[in-house]
Amino acid sequence: MPTSLRGLSIKWPYPIEYDKETHIECDVLVLGGGLAGCFAALSAARKSLKVVLVEKSAVLHSGAAGSGIDHWMACPSNPASKVNPEDSTLLPIKKYKGGYGNALADYITAKDSYDVLCELEKMGMKIRDTEDEFEGAPFRDEKSKLLFAYDYDTRTCIRIWGVGMKPSLYKECRRMNVQFCERTMATSLLNEGGLLGGRIIGATGFNTRTGEFYVFSSKATVLCMATPERIWIFSTEWTGLVGRDGPPGNAGNGHAMAWRAGAEFARMESSSHEEWGGSTGIGSVMFGSGSHFATWHPCSLVDAEGKEIPWVDGNGFVITDLASRTRPASGQKFISLVLGGGEGGESSMPRILPDLAERIKHGEYKLPLYADLPGMPECERRVIFGLMVGQEGHTWPVYHNLSQAGFDPDKDLLQVYELSPAPPNWRRLRYGGLVTDWDLRTNLEGLYAGGQILFDGIGASHACCTGRWAGRHAAEYALKTARSAISRAQVDAEKHRIYAPLMQDEGIEWKELECGIAKVMQDYCGDTKTAGLMDMGLKYIEEIREGEATTIYARNPHELMRALEVLDILTCAEMIIHACKARKASNSWLHFKRLDFPDDDPPAWRKWITIRLVQDGVRVGELPLEFYGSLQENYETHSMESGGPAI
Amino acid sequence: MRKKRINALPNLPTPNTPVIIDPEICNGCNRCVQICPSDIYMPNPEKSEPPIIMYPEECWYCGCCLMECPLHTKGANRLNWPLMQRVRWKRKATGEHFRVGMPNPPPPNRRPPV
Repeated sequence: MPTSLRGLSIKWPYPIEYDKETHIECDVLVLGGGLAGCFAALSAARKSLKVVLVEKSAVLHSGAAGSGIDHWMACPSNPASKVNPEDSTLLPIKKYKGGYGNALADYITAKDSYDVLCELEKMGMKIRDTEDEFEGAPFRDEKSKLLFAYDYDTRTCIRIWGVGMKPSLYKECRRMNVQFCERTMATSLLNEGGLLGGRIIGATGFNTRTGEFYVFSSKATVLCMATPERIWIFSTEWTGLVGRDGPPGNAGNGHAMAWRAGAEFARMESSSHEEWGGSTGIGSVMFGSGSHFATWHPCSLVDAEGKEIPWVDGNGFVITDLASRTRPASGQKFISLVLGGGEGGESSMPRILPDLAERIKHGEYKLPLYADLPGMPECERRVIFGLMVGQEGHTWPVYHNLSQAGFDPDKDLLQVYELSPAPPNWRRLRYGGLVTDWDLRTNLEGLYAGGQILFDGIGASHACCTGRWAGRHAAEYALKTARSAISRAQVDAEKHRIYAPLMQDEGIEWKELECGIAKVMQDYCGDTKTAGLMDMGLKYIEEIREGEATTIYARNPHELMRALEVLDILTCAEMIIHACKARKASNSWLHFKRLDFPDDDPPAWRKWITIRLVQDGVRVGELPLEFYGSLQENYETHSMESGGPAI
Repeated sequence: MRKKRINALPNLPTPNTPVIIDPEICNGCNRCVQICPSDIYMPNPEKSEPPIIMYPEECWYCGCCLMECPLHTKGANRLNWPLMQRVRWKRKATGEHFRVGMPNPPPPNRRPPV
């Protein structure tokens, strides 16, 4: 049998167990086994609770950081930092995000991230230059041997050997007796009494290889699943189901199940164009082509004739020396690494000429551009290509593939492809997610959340810190709570829903349905929005839900997983349109443009718009931008010691 | 022209060979099947044979299957970036052009990562 089937088929290699229903009881149930989920599980396990971790793939390498991570961002708590957690949290939000940030989760991250990084080090992940390979480099703290990125003066972002992060967490979870339920897709949250908006008392799921059904009964549940990545665009000819920040399976299952259970969301109206082609087949391999930002910061770029592209600092002034790319501009406290900002958000960073495209048009620089690693000092060249590219999620193969093909960073200029045009309607949901209180508890009793599913959430340190925090509070709640009886009616309804695609002999395939949803989102909830267009979009989504979606078919458990993902994408699309309709003002901070309400960010709309499902439909609410209150006071009040044995 | 059986077949997804496995070296341990985040592999019905890449279009080229493969360094498998992602580079001193997957490639760079 060849390794590639080329049109042949084989008998399903796993036992088929659609009729089997297994009940699993635990104290704390964690849904999603990425960084946040592993930390949530460990928090609860350290309190000697029975913890079950449900993961759609295999925990060892699952999640956005499953293949690695090169940066540990938002770490002002490290010993070499010159920034305090308050400034680190609030300054970027107020100055570069127009106030539209989740300071609650960011502050937990800023306060805890060094502690959490040291936990990872104890678990076996490398976080410092213990071999002194970079001794004397401007980005190295000689005392702690930590290596810093971006801002070599104020030092809040640490370069790490993150390929080892998931394997370390995996081993630690095993050691702490976290029970894994792998290749299991969680499909719904169970409310007490089966009532929408009721306390969360468990979840359902199914095995994506055998089809076996699971009912989980828990005292507390932590949702640590990913943001939807496949809303506006989909093509099977573009590799990896168009995922970029995360694996292809990031379909918004967590968002959809939390929505159906009555959880409250914010920022779901926020989207943005993809900045570059990313990892899809239409672009180049992420960080696998020449670049100057993120993993590649602060690499020089040259044009086709070897002419260097100048940089500007955070104030927009042209800088000529390398050191200025790695320190704050005059008047800046530190280089803010702004993720989830608006159009002006990136202006805080030193970067290449913002009007480069114009200058190329006028002939000042000639295409193509190249990353000039050979022109960088040895320590920079080595840390960019040898450490960062070798460790970033999804780019471990870049180092190995390019080296194997003969690329030599000491001698070669790697081509830059960033100026390629983006495809039309290339949009992504930007950081829409769950609203929580300072315990990282959602509006639903018993349901906690950590990682990207929190609104405005991004980054490995954010995922680990919020996961740990949510796990501690979930454990605390579980310790004083009794298990509640599962509603059989709710379980039966869910079983009926998830197995329906297996009953279809003909109808629509998951891929075509996904393409269709993407087209509705492009046409009716795309670049420019009006109430009329979005009403049509919602009507279209409703028609699809009652029409084509009821005919979606699956021929085996793997196809069933994809089919259920697409049904969740349908739900996420609906959530997004509702949120977009509810914000009746344009807002460039949120990449949100209403033709019928063109005023940008008017004072009356400087607030979060929230949405949740209630008995009679969608309930729109609002939250002040500064919903988090006093950071220091709230952090102290809600912080908890880890309890349990030290690792 | 050589005579061989001609079949009518549906089109394959494109790209469809994200990983190239050397059947002479792979021992069919199925470690890659166990850990693939997208579950693109399936065990071969024939024991000790290389796994089958059942869902190539769901691969996002993360390389975890190579990391975990006990025979990867012996050449059991390699990641096969599709043609549209085979990046180019230029030797600074000579201006020579190269790319991933080119005919007559330059010798590999053996320096390990940090």
